[in-house]
Amino acid sequence: MRIDCKHVWEYISAYIEGEVDADLRAQIDKHLETCEICSAVLDSTRNVVVLYADGRIFELPRGFSQRLHERLDIELAKAVP
Amino acid sequence: MKNVPNFESEAECIRRILAGEKQLFHTLIRPCERPVYFLLMSILRNEAEAEDAAQEAIVKIYRNLHLFRGESQFRTWALSIARNEGLGRLRKTEARREESLDALTEDQAGDFTPAILTSWREVPVQALERKELGALLRQAIEGLPEIYRNVVLLRDIEEMNVRETAAALGIAEGAVKVRLHRARALLQRSLAPRLKEFAPKRGKLFGWGR
Ligand SMILES: [Zn+2]
Repeated sequence: MRIDCKHVWEYISAYIEGEVDADLRAQIDKHLETCEICSAVLDSTRNVVVLYADGRIFELPRGFSQRLHERLDIELAKAVP
Repeated sequence: MKNVPNFESEAECIRRILAGEKQLFHTLIRPCERPVYFLLMSILRNEAEAEDAAQEAIVKIYRNLHLFRGESQFRTWALSIARNEGLGRLRKTEARREESLDALTEDQAGDFTPAILTSWREVPVQALERKELGALLRQAIEGLPEIYRNVVLLRDIEEMNVRETAAALGIAEGAVKVRLHRARALLQRSLAPRLKEFAPKRGKLFGWGR
């Protein structure tokens, strides 16, 4: 059975995660060999994830930890949980 | 200060806090700070409110530490307290409208149509030195419906596993997977066309092949 692009798109992220079974993976691999659109969709999805998952994108507000631990010091002084 | 590296020393750490070594709570909570804050940021969508809620949640985690049964990872338990704190605050505001909108989106998002491209030039992480790129990525994630945003933050950004994410959000593992896949498809669609300009220009010397 030959799978079409739409079918591949549905599984791109699962494919990246290694969540698709061997049979489907083989079908997707075969499709990717000849379909430059799906290959580009796969590459761009991977790339997008790497970029937004970079630690520099989401940072705690400046001073967050310090304010938190100061508040905790007050709380800890009160009682044992 | 060191992170609490594994389950055993975590349990040991909690035992000692409950026995009176209260200062160890600073160490115990450190690895949870980021996920607690970003989960609350995702739910409340406001920095000041998220920080306030994070402090409040972490104080509750301390006060309720004797209730932790060790059936899950400490971080999972801590995150579920944080989520309750966030949802409690949401209920007080009129933001519930947004929640029902999000619920609608889940059913409609069966559409995985990506941004169609015929080739992709890798955008290297070095490109993140450009502030516009960071802003673009943040905007895209902030623009996701909440149910997807929560999962992306915990799975991809905080690198929590499926099981832990499911437990922290109070949803099934299957839902975590589906939401992550849909979220990534939505992010590819919104970001891919705009990321192209951040790819290195193909040098004339090395630009053969295409
Ligand atoms: Zn295709």
